[in-house]
Amino acid sequence: MNVMPGYVREEGMSEQSTSLLSVTDKKRLLREMLYARRFEERCYEAYVERKIGGFLHLYSGQEACAHGVLEAARPGFDYVITGYRDHIHAIKCGADPREVMAELYGKETGSSRGRGGSMHIFDVKHRFMGGYALVGGPFPLAAGIAKGIKMKGGEEISICFLGDAANNQGTFHESLNMAKIWNLPVLYVCENNLYGIGTRIDRSTAVLEQYKRAAAYDIPAGQADGQDVEAVYAAAVQAVEHVRSGNGPYFLELKTYRYRGHSMSDSNAYRSKDEEREWLKRDPIQILRNRLIDANALTLDEFKAMDREILDQIENDVVKFAEESPEPAVEDLEKYVLAENDPYVHGGRQ
Amino acid sequence: MAQMMYWEAIRRAHDEELAHDPLVIAMGEDIGVAGGTYKATQGLYEKYGPERIIDTPISENGYTGIGIGASFVGVKPIIEIMSVNFAWLATDQIVNTAAKVRYMSGGQLTAPIVIRSPGGTAHQLGAQHSARMEKVFMGIAGLRVVTPSNPRQAYGLLKSAVRCEDPVFINEHELMYNLKGEVPDEEYFHPLEGSEVARPGRDVTLLGYNISVHWCLQAAEILAREHGIEAEVLDLYALSPLDRAGIRASVARTHKAVVVEEAEAPVGVGAEVMAVLNEECFFDLDAPPRRVSAANVPIPYNHALEKAAIPNARDVVAAVLGLFPGRNN
Ligand SMILES: Cc1ncc(C[n+]2csc(CCOP(=O)(O)OP(=O)(O)O)c2C)c(N)n1
Ligand SMILES: [Mg+2]
Repeated sequence: MNVMPGYVREEGMSEQSTSLLSVTDKKRLLREMLYARRFEERCYEAYVERKIGGFLHLYSGQEACAHGVLEAARPGFDYVITGYRDHIHAIKCGADPREVMAELYGKETGSSRGRGGSMHIFDVKHRFMGGYALVGGPFPLAAGIAKGIKMKGGEEISICFLGDAANNQGTFHESLNMAKIWNLPVLYVCENNLYGIGTRIDRSTAVLEQYKRAAAYDIPAGQADGQDVEAVYAAAVQAVEHVRSGNGPYFLELKTYRYRGHSMSDSNAYRSKDEEREWLKRDPIQILRNRLIDANALTLDEFKAMDREILDQIENDVVKFAEESPEPAVEDLEKYVLAENDPYVHGGRQ
Repeated sequence: MAQMMYWEAIRRAHDEELAHDPLVIAMGEDIGVAGGTYKATQGLYEKYGPERIIDTPISENGYTGIGIGASFVGVKPIIEIMSVNFAWLATDQIVNTAAKVRYMSGGQLTAPIVIRSPGGTAHQLGAQHSARMEKVFMGIAGLRVVTPSNPRQAYGLLKSAVRCEDPVFINEHELMYNLKGEVPDEEYFHPLEGSEVARPGRDVTLLGYNISVHWCLQAAEILAREHGIEAEVLDLYALSPLDRAGIRASVARTHKAVVVEEAEAPVGVGAEVMAVLNEECFFDLDAPPRRVSAANVPIPYNHALEKAAIPNARDVVAAVLGLFPGRNN
């Protein structure tokens, strides 16, 4: 199969406008995506230094997906849920990067108090409902959150980000079916990076264009270039509008690529250097940067200054916070297993 | 106190909790228009409507996950899984999500769902409709497991389970839905932890749960009548957390113990209770404790084979008599 960048625009899909975002918004998005890249690359270093343990799945290369979609939604208000590649989704929802880094360090000040780790970032006050490690697990959870929104009559929508390989789980089919029959306000975003660990999509999946699979459940779907944040944004505006207006679920596929291995233990032996190089040419940060420079809205020096400022902040604020934070107390090992002092455990009021 | 059947008690608890809180919902296969396989939700669809009494597709893992997701934002779902045999398909969401989310989020999220499901061996339903799964769920940290032996418990445990912040698995029984018993007229919340002395006695403790409590009670009758042995029956309606203190207190009085379970012995409720007896009652015991369990086989269809696979009151009597060598008439 063709694994090189680009996406198919099917007949009948609307040509997406790329001029929806203001220059100020684009510059902010550029900064956020660059921050995300630098954050993830700093995690890589901390992992090599053994400051971070366990499995670590980095988002480098896919930044335009989370940023484009959530820019079109209302982060902190809409509910967001995803898999184990979750740091950047959490931060875009409003999570404090210091708490995310502290979580990776296993500290008490971490988003999940050091009990979750990289794959289980939670920030419920910003409605980031978690990262989950079982591939496909969040599909029904997102539909359930949408059911709750609907019962309570809220304006929120539920957004679920998962990978291409997750669509081969039973939960994909069960959840899309129920989301449709119950007309739930849920947006499924498929970040199609062509691989599930080391298995290329054409070796695992009968239908290569993931958005087509939503038709099996009569759910409207779209596809966009996941390396171009403006294209993602434009597609997501339509998707979010559809869901928020009470029209039921929507499925959005984003064609993207991850630069690093699946997790830190992966050497990428299953794909060619050529393929990797081609995708690096379509880097989401460079695309937006060059566009802004071409439009005389940004200079290269300004970009470099922005980068230095981000690196400084990550080092002297984010990493420092994680390094200096305390570990959880071992006496608290059994905290958070069950609710504390729930009166109904003892028969209610009496 | 009114007499009502087990299914009527469960239905009453549903009705009261649905009326109490508009965010309580019930979901499961055939629970709405059809009224529920065991009538536990009969008439509720008409009363509360399709948004709250939800007929689901046959997607156990999917709808359990939807219930869990809804519980993240304040909904209180009562999920009926038609038979525990089908709950195996939902173990992913029950175990990987509901039981762990409080812990792995550092206390930020909880999944206050109730899952009700009939377990146990009924009449010749064959290997794939006769599973007993309580031992699977009681081994999972973060999940409460209760199992009512009578209509009062069935009513009060469901009421408390709905109100409790933790995920609760309620293990019911296919053969018990028509069991009659007294249920308080006033609202009643049964504790989700502890145990109950179903019959006091001084000579031996019979530890049962759900249907095996009834075998223990029958055995206690026979033992008293035919052998002069006064058995205490301890009803372990809470399997997780297990009432270690209650077990210790009873065995401290009787000095002998027999655990009775409907499931196969390996890695089971009986094995767990035996561990408690060993760790906490060792010096109180006058004789090695015994287990009465099902045969370790997939449950057969043939009536005689099925009967032989599952314990009964006579098996309990025989096990007790083994602890009283002098009285082994
Ligand atoms: C139920 C389950 N099976 C297998 C795994 C191991 N695993 C982790 S990620 C992964 C690949 C998922 O690929 P995809 O959904 O495309 O997401 P991506 O990692 O590409 O973002 C697999 C097989 C798992 N975590 N959960
Ligand atoms: Mg993938």
